[in-house]
Amino acid sequence: MEGTLFNIFAGLTLLSALMVAANPFSRNPVTSAMFLVTTMISISGLFVLLGAYFLAAVQILVYAGAVMVLFLFVIMLLDLREAARRKLNLISLTMGIIAVGALFLVYKSSLESTYGEVPQQHEVAANTAQAEVNPTKLVGSTRALGQALFSKDNGFILPFEMVSILLLVAMVGVILLSRKEPR
Amino acid sequence: MPALITGLFAEPWVLTLLKVIAVFAVVMPMVAYSVVAERRISAWIQDRIGPNRVGIPFTSIKLLGLGQPLADGLKALVKEDFTPAHVRKVFYWMAPAVAMVPSFVVLAVLPFGSMLGAQKMVIADLDVGILFTFGIVSLGVYGVVLAGYASNSKYPFLGGIRSTAQMISYEIAMGLAVVPVFMLAADPAWQAELIDKSTAWSKYIKDTGLLNLSNVIAYQHESILDWLMFKQPIAFAIFLIAIFAETNRLPFDLPESETELVAGYNTEYSSMSFALFFMGEYAAMIAGSALMVVLFCGGWTLPFGEFFNTPAQSLGQGLVHIGVFIAKIAMFLVLMIWIRWMLPRFRYDQLMNIGWKRFLPLSLANIIFTAIVLWVLHS
Repeated sequence: MEGTLFNIFAGLTLLSALMVAANPFSRNPVTSAMFLVTTMISISGLFVLLGAYFLAAVQILVYAGAVMVLFLFVIMLLDLREAARRKLNLISLTMGIIAVGALFLVYKSSLESTYGEVPQQHEVAANTAQAEVNPTKLVGSTRALGQALFSKDNGFILPFEMVSILLLVAMVGVILLSRKEPR
Repeated sequence: MPALITGLFAEPWVLTLLKVIAVFAVVMPMVAYSVVAERRISAWIQDRIGPNRVGIPFTSIKLLGLGQPLADGLKALVKEDFTPAHVRKVFYWMAPAVAMVPSFVVLAVLPFGSMLGAQKMVIADLDVGILFTFGIVSLGVYGVVLAGYASNSKYPFLGGIRSTAQMISYEIAMGLAVVPVFMLAADPAWQAELIDKSTAWSKYIKDTGLLNLSNVIAYQHESILDWLMFKQPIAFAIFLIAIFAETNRLPFDLPESETELVAGYNTEYSSMSFALFFMGEYAAMIAGSALMVVLFCGGWTLPFGEFFNTPAQSLGQGLVHIGVFIAKIAMFLVLMIWIRWMLPRFRYDQLMNIGWKRFLPLSLANIIFTAIVLWVLHS
């Protein structure tokens, strides 16, 4: 069951991600954006299969619900007629596929050099069984995640706050840059 | 044969499917009758009579006009579904469905009753229930946006643009308003105490995560003063108003304001595809009301003693709890309809000002205030 679901979501993710970049039927930016939404939703399905419910919910909430709506908003406001007329570029498509294939090979060989070979099905099952012994330690638990992020002793409070400040700076910068009369 | 049936009921998916069908079978008539309620209440407010003629078809029994949804549905079905020539076809057909689906998906995680037999009355008892809810609610905007874009004409487009900006703005205030609710309710101390004290409750909330919605109900079961609408009045007010904005109801119905935009995003739609938008709006109202009942008004509990505020031990008690939940939803629906016919529409800049300059700071202040109070109480 889980294997089938994984295949479905992984396939959907890859297919719709391909459709975002190289849709042969329509060059409309809005179509691309909608396929990006389905990509996000399929990725959150993968998170659910990994037991990371919090990440799955936040993935939909932040990316599919907020970021992509803003993307759509901007695309619709700008009315990108020219982008819709542009033809699919075969050369860039093949270059892209080659780049993705090369990345995949690098990833595979790095996995193999770490684990000897790609982990087999029964090993994965054994690891899951081990994880089930202590379910509260699972990454997916919202409480565990919160404690890992915010605890002072061994948590990620400093990097977390630094990222927050970075985002704040970016936000203030955008507001400053988009002011009509510069000071 | 009985062995086959009991074996079938042992499968978890069969029970889940039954619950899905049951929820659908209750919500669809609720959608239909909230339309009737809207028309009747608006008529009373405007000193008219409203639709009171349609009863049982082919008889002279009138039933106060309760047959109206049948007539409305038949009309929507048999009218010509006209597709304008200039629309973007795929999105044009997709949009009504996309508008309809999220409201129903939200209902999947809401606990609509206590127990029936050994079954907890919620379709998917998610540990991150509230986050899931907000995620799906935020997908609701796509229906309107796609309709506005696909129609490829000016008024629907303006409606779609307005709706995007409005829903994003109010989602933020809504999400922040709910944070204090979980600061109070997601506390493992009282949960452990309740599990020790009562076996019925321990069966109901054991092994649920702290962001689970049935926990919020358990937190409010004791007395009416425990209802979070009294403990967190600011959060409740912001949430209630944000629900109005999210469902595009007056005084926030800028996306379809008929005096400026003809009918907004659904101008180019006719017959059943228009009806889907229409039903989607009412389904969203029901989902929003159900969310408010769960988060702020004690869910299926009533503070009138054991029978009403502990998870059901018998079938009858379980059914009464579901009835209480539906009655509370109905009260919120009437409130929303009532307000629609009493208040004029906001101007667009007023709408944005309220969202960003009033509600956002207010909900942040509410979070900090709640945190300080909790900190003082616990130390």
